[in-house]
Amino acid sequence: MAGHRNKGNPGLMGWIDDRFPATALWDDHLAKYYAPKNFNFWYFFGSLALLVLVNQIVTGIWLTMSYNPTAEGAFASLEYIMRDVEYGWLLRYMHSTGASAFFVVIYLHMFRGLMYGSYRKPRELVWIFGMTIYLALMAEAFMGYLLPWGQMSYWGAQVIVSLFGAIPVIGPDLQQWIRGDYLISGITLNRFFALHVVALPIVILALVVLHIIALHEVGSNNPDGIEIHDNLDENGIPKDGIPFHPYYSVKDLVGVGVFLFVFSIIVFFFPEGGGYMIERPNFEPANALKTPDHIAPVWYFTAFYAMLRAVTFNLFGLDAKFWGVVVMGAAIAILFVLPWLDRSPVKSMRYKGWISKTYLIVFAISFVILSVLGVLPATDARTLVAQICTVLYFGYFLLMPFYTRLESTKPVPQRVTG
Amino acid sequence: MKKFLFALLMVCLPAVVQAAASAYPKDSMKPDLRDQASLQRGMALYVNRCMGCHSMEFQRFERTADDIGLPHDLMEEYLIRGDLKIHDQMTIAMSKTDAAGWFGAPPPDLTLEARLRGTDWLYTYLRTFYRDDSRPWGVNNALFKDVGMPNVLEDLQGVVVNNCTSEELEARGGFSGTLDPLTGTRSGQCLTVQAGTGSMSPAEFDQAIYDLVNFMAYVGEPSRLQSERIGTYVLIFLAIFTFFAYLLKREYWRDIH
Repeated sequence: MAGHRNKGNPGLMGWIDDRFPATALWDDHLAKYYAPKNFNFWYFFGSLALLVLVNQIVTGIWLTMSYNPTAEGAFASLEYIMRDVEYGWLLRYMHSTGASAFFVVIYLHMFRGLMYGSYRKPRELVWIFGMTIYLALMAEAFMGYLLPWGQMSYWGAQVIVSLFGAIPVIGPDLQQWIRGDYLISGITLNRFFALHVVALPIVILALVVLHIIALHEVGSNNPDGIEIHDNLDENGIPKDGIPFHPYYSVKDLVGVGVFLFVFSIIVFFFPEGGGYMIERPNFEPANALKTPDHIAPVWYFTAFYAMLRAVTFNLFGLDAKFWGVVVMGAAIAILFVLPWLDRSPVKSMRYKGWISKTYLIVFAISFVILSVLGVLPATDARTLVAQICTVLYFGYFLLMPFYTRLESTKPVPQRVTG
Repeated sequence: MKKFLFALLMVCLPAVVQAAASAYPKDSMKPDLRDQASLQRGMALYVNRCMGCHSMEFQRFERTADDIGLPHDLMEEYLIRGDLKIHDQMTIAMSKTDAAGWFGAPPPDLTLEARLRGTDWLYTYLRTFYRDDSRPWGVNNALFKDVGMPNVLEDLQGVVVNNCTSEELEARGGFSGTLDPLTGTRSGQCLTVQAGTGSMSPAEFDQAIYDLVNFMAYVGEPSRLQSERIGTYVLIFLAIFTFFAYLLKREYWRDIH
């Protein structure tokens, strides 16, 4: 297919195209990739995620040049970057703010998918690759957070790794295997560094390629949740499709401008993000003998952390902590099977019934409430709220096969609307 | 939907911030990194009173001199002690092992203390030492109960005595008391300074501590002013860029209906 096009053309591009499908790739993925013309605000976040990924990789490479991945030198090398490396503070803040920005963008991107049914047939693999990126990103962020080797880095890692210890029988050994030591130590720091800067970035980049190839194979969904390829003109081009380049490349450029504006406000003026992006205890070097008063993960994990803490009862002779880990794992795992839970005849929330609409809002609110609760120290009342929100979170998925089939939907238009 | 989520977030966030605050009422201290005279006085006080025990091991003298507007020769003459050179980091001669033996724990490095504790905390802490004979150094602190540090600023502030129980002190704060709106004076404070025991008036002492904390805030993040200066230009550029990107988008999309 791609290999037989654009052969025998004159000039430098012709020479390249005879040997490498440069023009074919450009056409397939940009100039002749037809995207629905009715993308709205929610469709900015895919390209923004790519932008943030590039930001993380570029600033990460430069940070690596001055970072010292040892227990003795890590904390000092960060302050060396902040003070003695020219614009080191900028690299570091772009990277630390970029981590939070990545999750903001990804959460909005995923919410878009939930709203418009972008996970539905034939886009199941697009969704699953995307979910795998999210999972890899969580691991990447968690391991990256240990590297500054501050108190919250250390104790956050201690808490998360100890979750594996809750698994019956193999737990304690597994925990020790992950740490490579009896406690979080320089050995753990070294391996997290290797995984953070080499292994996981490769995995994430490969998954992003798979995500985009799968998307371009089936074509983009749109706010109406209908297939633009069902309505082709005489040239076989979707009537409601427009070439990604130049239409969406210039449109995304506006999104990039707005995003970078907000991003720069944080990087240059509020890099600590009110203590939620760089937590105060992290300005003190890691100390294995001094536990901070209150250990909270960074904001993008707190929803799952709140679910973990919401499980306060033992079951079947197994510890509450184990079931907390199970609930936390299930909360992420259940997203993978979402394409098979939604039985609605329509894809987009625009044409679904009121139950789906209401529950999506309830689901989003529950997730936000859980995220807030995960930052706060647990009290009885908060735990109860977390338990209710956890049930609502799971209910959204587990009841989906029923409410999506029962509710009445609106008729879907033939062509995309505004 | 989006607006609703945003509103919800705005409602929840203040609750989060309030919950994180400690019970003790802290006095507000807003650093002014552009006030170089204050930073210079703060550094002089730090070097003379704090740096015997507390290093700033990530910060260099030269960078500090340049940032707070102090000529190198003055810095070398008055503020750099021992064998240290201007390009060195602000380290101290006392070894951590010795210090651990003498004090129980080595006095912490203070490069990042302002970012760790916050400037309000430091400003309150340094002003609320009081005499307490039950403690090894003869002093206690209203904000940091049973602190392990002696009051090295007592000759400046004067002898401070506590007139309250520790619960009252914790609830009301050291110097708040009741404000008389007519005279502007306060009464019923837990902590009172014995007149004539300090070389500074309360207002002078507050200013000295402000300068000291201001300096510590600078050292915590020496790139702050540079960051805000560059950031302003970046935002202006991005605003112009986005405007033209929007015009370009509108031009391209003219024929899409």
